[in-house]
Amino acid sequence: MTDLTHLSIADARDQLKAKAFTATELTEAYLAAMEKGRSLGAYVLETPEKARAMAKASDERLARGEGRALEGIPLGVKDLFCTEGVRTTACSRILGNFVPSYESTVTANLWADGAVMLGKLNNDEFAMGSSNETSAFGPVTNPWRRQGDNRSLVPGGSSGGSATAVSAWLCAGATGTDTGGSIRQPAAFTGIVGIKPTYGRCSRWGIVAFASSLDQAGPFARTVRDAAILLKSFASVDPKDTTSADRPVPDYEAAVGRSVKGMVIGIPKEYRVDGMPAEIEALWSQGIAWLKAAGAEIREISLPHTKYALPAYYIVAPAEASSNLARYDGIRYGLRVPGNDIVDTYEKSRAAGFGAEVRRRIMIGTYVLSAGYYDAYYVRAQKVRTLIKRDFELAFEAGVDAVLTPATPSAAFGIGEKSGGDPVEMYLNDIFTVTVNMAGLPGIAVPAGLDSQGLPLGLQLIGRPFDEETLFQVAQVIEDAAGHFSPTPWWG
Amino acid sequence: MNAVVRTAKPSQLIRGATGDWEIVIGLEVHAQVNSEAKLFSGASTTFGNDPNSNVSLVDAAMPGMLPVINVECVRQAVRTGLGLKAAINRRSIFDRKNYFYPDLPQGYQISQYKNPIVGEGRILIDMPDGETIEVGVERLHLEQDAGKSIHDQSPVYSFVDLNRSGVALMEIVSKPDLRSSEEAKAYVSKLRTILRYLGTCDGDMEKGNLRADVNVSVHKPGTPFGTRCEIKNVNSIRFIGQAIEYEARRQIGIVEDGGTIVQETRLFDPGKGETRSMRSKEEAHDYRYFPDPDLLPLEFSQDFVDALAAHLPELPDEKKARFVRDYGVTPYDAMVLTLERASADYFEAVAKGRDAKAAANWVINELFGRLNKEGKGIEASPVSADQLGAIVDLIGDSTISGKIAKDLFEIVWAEGGDPRAIVETRGLKQVTDTGAIEAACDAVIAANPDKVQQAKAKPTMIGWFVGQVMKQTGGKANPQAVNDMLKGKLGIE
Repeated sequence: MTDLTHLSIADARDQLKAKAFTATELTEAYLAAMEKGRSLGAYVLETPEKARAMAKASDERLARGEGRALEGIPLGVKDLFCTEGVRTTACSRILGNFVPSYESTVTANLWADGAVMLGKLNNDEFAMGSSNETSAFGPVTNPWRRQGDNRSLVPGGSSGGSATAVSAWLCAGATGTDTGGSIRQPAAFTGIVGIKPTYGRCSRWGIVAFASSLDQAGPFARTVRDAAILLKSFASVDPKDTTSADRPVPDYEAAVGRSVKGMVIGIPKEYRVDGMPAEIEALWSQGIAWLKAAGAEIREISLPHTKYALPAYYIVAPAEASSNLARYDGIRYGLRVPGNDIVDTYEKSRAAGFGAEVRRRIMIGTYVLSAGYYDAYYVRAQKVRTLIKRDFELAFEAGVDAVLTPATPSAAFGIGEKSGGDPVEMYLNDIFTVTVNMAGLPGIAVPAGLDSQGLPLGLQLIGRPFDEETLFQVAQVIEDAAGHFSPTPWWG
Repeated sequence: MNAVVRTAKPSQLIRGATGDWEIVIGLEVHAQVNSEAKLFSGASTTFGNDPNSNVSLVDAAMPGMLPVINVECVRQAVRTGLGLKAAINRRSIFDRKNYFYPDLPQGYQISQYKNPIVGEGRILIDMPDGETIEVGVERLHLEQDAGKSIHDQSPVYSFVDLNRSGVALMEIVSKPDLRSSEEAKAYVSKLRTILRYLGTCDGDMEKGNLRADVNVSVHKPGTPFGTRCEIKNVNSIRFIGQAIEYEARRQIGIVEDGGTIVQETRLFDPGKGETRSMRSKEEAHDYRYFPDPDLLPLEFSQDFVDALAAHLPELPDEKKARFVRDYGVTPYDAMVLTLERASADYFEAVAKGRDAKAAANWVINELFGRLNKEGKGIEASPVSADQLGAIVDLIGDSTISGKIAKDLFEIVWAEGGDPRAIVETRGLKQVTDTGAIEAACDAVIAANPDKVQQAKAKPTMIGWFVGQVMKQTGGKANPQAVNDMLKGKLGIE
């Protein structure tokens, strides 16, 4: 029998229904792979007993011919999603051994569709980072290595555990969250597909908040079709999240394979940033050529406020984070370091509980919201945000169906390479992705090639609000042209 | 509105060593919204449950929890705005007010900062001297209450009860239009009356469901306002008056001694009757307000407002005007009768089809007087409107005298029963039998020849004779009939 872990979700789904193998067999294959892949650091908690119980229940349903959309498909869950009875930490010491009594809406949707939970996946602490190096559980290793070089590379972040686990066949698909690029950048770094849906497409209820106006959950998968299958289950309106959208969830999978003939693809000139590596430039040109060949119309467009997106993002996101993280005070749950009085207890608990990057962002956020600075920073950043949104609206009004850009300014880098010095160097990783969060639009990263060192590179497609279908449609064309990229296993 | 700054009357000024001082007062009243559930969670708002039993995941600020607006609280705020004749803002924004405290689980209070749900309005207050004052309302906004910190249960730890955490409050901010402690007390009292009429807040100050932050400053009339101090969380109308009186004199004392007032937050100590510093402006929190990204702007249609307006009850001012117009009672009596909706309803039940002035007299003087004496509310009155109406009827048709009526009221108060039946069974009926009255009159005249002589010279002496006859008849004789008969017999015109 072929390695079940290498099957796509679509194939596994069809073969489970055809009874070619059982959900239990599929789950056992993943549990074995997880054990062998522990050195990658993708999982912070494995839940084999839960996985086996869920797989057994799936087998019973499949036997009765009552399989649901994701029946028996083993998934990993980013540790930002609260999972009932299963430790959830956001990979921060401050949450200690917090075990929620509730299940996030997104994961509840997945289980309601028959998916099997394998465990909790590593991420940057509170999703703050672009390399998964800020996790309290330590870094995650990218399954990809440079040719002839055994040094460990980062998988990107913040959803680094999710990206590595999917890329290294430690789960069939995974949940991620994306506040500034935390799904798309790691997907690009590990050669897989990741989509950040439109803000409001998926409920945020039960997901540990980083920046409420930017956070959005989305799936990681090894193919465009698999990502489309997963998103259908992720998405829902939720009365518990008033920012979730009350609109029907389309059959995304049906969009996969549709022709892009006559579609208008916008190429924003402002994304041709100074010092962009030639390989990224070439990848982008290649993507344009593929879409042109598939019958799409290529149109150069202007998104003039792009250059302000990253600085504005690093005001809005920390501002919201500084407030969202105030609840971690050592009083009701999580870590408490007793002090002499209440203020001392706060200070000791939060100093011990939060890592350096989280502390930095709390301080930035507190500063930009302070009296006398609020108008100069927060209010201006919100104005910039409106302008960025307007840039995209004008492009879409002019007939553009989707925008094509590189996903990242480089391929994966080495662990420790960028985490020591200037934090801005790390922040620049998100230069192509933050605009999408600021505008609340959907964006997908799809693998498009390898660089000269053999590392995967991705392209990003940005769509109209709630038009994820177009993204899957166009991404499939790129996937068909570029082919699949898999790391050569060296672990285990 | 209130473009002209109100000036105090000379009698309201405080005399200092350097001249007269005017007090300027503004109030921020926190009124707990009457609602089953909290502002952003489904947890119950029931008072008096075991600590931490009315707490949802949202109230405890568990990771990943999100607030969802309770539409009933929005309705209550709009109703209140309409009752205050205020502008209703169909788009308002919830902001986060950030600060750390153990009874504030989120680390921020969700409130409304720049865009409140209700804008400018007004409240009319009736002063005892008959003057009616219009006080401006600056705004009304919705916000979450905090939990309760308990410091006296353990020598080492403080305890926190989150039952109150997240309960909806309306903060109603007045303009600095008040010029005396009496006005401030009348304002809170009237606001409380309006809220209770509307059913949007029960106004129970003992439970802390209505409390006020009192801003006080002093200045010489005609000069700019002085620096204000804010007295936090005063929870009775009497204390509000005491706090203002103390604080104004404290500030005058400082300024007259050559000092300056420091803007600060103060606390009122009811035991000592004084205010003391809580924190200065320098120690004040920087709340870092910003729009709550978990909540969309609160928007509703004009239809939503109109539907609430259509079902608003008659409010105290309108009711008072109607009582004056329809029942002919004095404006002051009308004000007293309309302080509570239940009292007004009681009065109307008594006055219906009867002499309204007599009804008002009985409700205000006898019933309210007695209820106040016993510390009872109108709902707990032992005498029903039907019973009191029957007593008024018995006087009206001369079955009993006013004096007997008071005795009858006491009997009904203590024992209950149908007043007409009591009059029958206990023989309280007025004696209108001319023969019996005449016999009594003759007896009194015969026994007091000297007084008879005096009365001829001084006709007012007749009162003494009436009293004697009433005494003889056990108060049951009709006083008018006695009076008439004595006049004839004594030859007084």
